[in-house]
Amino acid sequence: MIGIPLTHVLLVSTALFFIGTYGLFTRRNMITMLMAIELILNSVNINFIAFNRYLYPDKLNGVFFTLFIITIAAAEAAIAIAIIINLYRSHQSIDVQDAEEMKY
Amino acid sequence: MSNYAYIALIPLLPLVSFLILGLFGRRYFNSLSGVLGTLSLLGSTILSAYAAFQYFFVDGKTNGIYKQFIALKYHWLQFSPQVSIDMSALIDPISVMMILLVSFISLMVHIFSLGYMKGEERFATYYAFLSLFSFSMLGLVLSGNIFQIYIFWELVGLSSYLLIGFYFERPSAVAAAKKAFIVTRFADLGFLIGILLLAFHAETLDFTILIQRLTTNTPQLSSLTRTSFLGISMLGWGLSLVFIGGAGKSAMFPLHIWLPDAMEGPTPVSALIHAATMVVAGVYLVARLFPVFALSGPSVLQLVMYVGAFSALLASIIACTQTDIKRVLAYSTMSQIGYMMFALGVSGFIGESRLGYTASMFHLFTHAFFKSLLFLCTGAVIHMIHSNEIKDMGGLRKIMPLTHICFLIACLAISGIPPFSGFFSKEEILLAAFHKNKMIFATGLITSGLTAFYMFRLYFLIFWRKTCHATPHSEGTISMKMPLLILSVFAIISGFVPFGRFISADGANLDSTVHLIFSIGPVAIALFGLSAAAALYKKENDRAARIAGFLGNFYKSAYDKFYVDEFYIFITKKIMYNLIGRPAAWFDKHIVDGLMNGLASVTSFFSELIKRFQSGRIQLYALYFFGGVGALVLIFIYLWK
Repeated sequence: MIGIPLTHVLLVSTALFFIGTYGLFTRRNMITMLMAIELILNSVNINFIAFNRYLYPDKLNGVFFTLFIITIAAAEAAIAIAIIINLYRSHQSIDVQDAEEMKY
Repeated sequence: MSNYAYIALIPLLPLVSFLILGLFGRRYFNSLSGVLGTLSLLGSTILSAYAAFQYFFVDGKTNGIYKQFIALKYHWLQFSPQVSIDMSALIDPISVMMILLVSFISLMVHIFSLGYMKGEERFATYYAFLSLFSFSMLGLVLSGNIFQIYIFWELVGLSSYLLIGFYFERPSAVAAAKKAFIVTRFADLGFLIGILLLAFHAETLDFTILIQRLTTNTPQLSSLTRTSFLGISMLGWGLSLVFIGGAGKSAMFPLHIWLPDAMEGPTPVSALIHAATMVVAGVYLVARLFPVFALSGPSVLQLVMYVGAFSALLASIIACTQTDIKRVLAYSTMSQIGYMMFALGVSGFIGESRLGYTASMFHLFTHAFFKSLLFLCTGAVIHMIHSNEIKDMGGLRKIMPLTHICFLIACLAISGIPPFSGFFSKEEILLAAFHKNKMIFATGLITSGLTAFYMFRLYFLIFWRKTCHATPHSEGTISMKMPLLILSVFAIISGFVPFGRFISADGANLDSTVHLIFSIGPVAIALFGLSAAAALYKKENDRAARIAGFLGNFYKSAYDKFYVDEFYIFITKKIMYNLIGRPAAWFDKHIVDGLMNGLASVTSFFSELIKRFQSGRIQLYALYFFGGVGALVLIFIYLWK
């Protein structure tokens, strides 16, 4: 385990982050966008854990942050799904491009 | 010195009645409000009569001189240890005479209005305004502080405005009310500046101290006479400006234009405000500051004299030509106030020369009775005929016998026929003028003849000329007849009051005797005017028209009131409008508005440019956000040192 260098782990998390960002910007389906956001959050989680493990192995601060973020992600998913359901009720669609009324 | 504290009640009773009637009258006791207002005025009148009795006959005199003292004082605004605006009641002969006069005339008008205004929808409002006026006028005459008099001065102006515009559904009444308010406000600006000038140099606002400082040799007086502006000393400016305020209220030329228009108000109001009380406030003001005028500003007193005499003559000429009876009376009022003014102007402060002051106050006193009587008679006539125009009247002596007699008495009194009251006061004025200035005396004499002429012209046109026609209703209610009778009695007897014994410039006794030889001239002229009017107007004929045609342009310009109104309109509309109004409007439209519009259009131009960013696409927003964060990251990495 310790044989894997930190940069490898960071590469994974960076890849995950950009995959998530790409998904967020290109997908029209809101549930997919929600999943993309989850990816971004998880990439951050990986970063926290990795830095904690490699730089300060005797401390647990990074782990606690991760726990917080997981909790928040759960809450955020609940809210996001509520928004999606409402959007579906009003627009009969969960495509973001169908909800463009809020403009100039 | 016994207690005069009750004197505060005299103005406060009408104030209470104003508050009650103004707040609740119209809704809860509309028809009773007249009685309530009248009762409060009755209370004031009784108290005033008691105060006058106490002052003049019991304890006003010490060492043969009527003293001036402060009965009540309440510090209201203290600016510095010396300068304060107080609410006080100043007791001296003229203020006691005035409270009696004002409350009495006001009471008569209140009673008369019970009949005259009956059935009016805004009956309670009318009485509330009358009470407000009575309060302000009584407060004005009792003022012991020059700023207090200014406050009440504005209050009477306000109540006059409200009452002139009482029939606010008539555009002419609204215009007249506005005109009265604006003209007097304009004059009051002068008054205010005058007050400030005098008070600044005298370092007090209190009348007693002010007069004392400005009549004896004090540093304050020398500071006023030393500094000058445009070649006239500050004292001269201050007194002239105060006089301008007085001239505005008292309808002296050239600020008289509001008074004839003010006749748009209900007739009892004209009797109270525009004949007997408020319009003499200017005379009262000059009389109040008379020691200062006489001892320190004789040149301003000359101005008072000339303005008064000129107004008297001008107004009496105009009055001969007018056809609206109330306007004739308005010009007559202006002419009589001119008399009072020049009587003050010819007066001195010592010895026999004090006669002018006494005569002026005497004329103020008698004039109040016969002029309000004239107005109330006119009110009764208008109530019957429903018109102000002379041509609609004629031959009324059979239908309105009481009004006819009262009107005749008042006409005789104003014309100065003995033994009616106007004779005595006018004699004194003419006598005072005769000793001082022959030219003024001649003006007074001519005016006196003209007065007799136009009053009897009015009398014959209203009550004679035609044969009468039957009318559906009678002369008026008892409440309208009673004031006429009471006032007629006073118009006859008030001349017999030995006025010089009570009121003179310095409070000391001034014996006035009727000089029989001297009286022959004025009485003859008055009788001449009277008979001329009788010859021209008693029967229907064309002599008057022929004379008018003979006078030609002069008659026409008098009929058009010597174009003073047109002159003002020329000044305001043509000159002020073109020179000030239009450039100001242009500046407002193009510079001020342009600046604001420019700001708005610049903002809107930029928002047009950037509004496309708000596309409604959430993903684009996220992209901008991400781009922003990315840019910040780049800045932090490469530029942040």
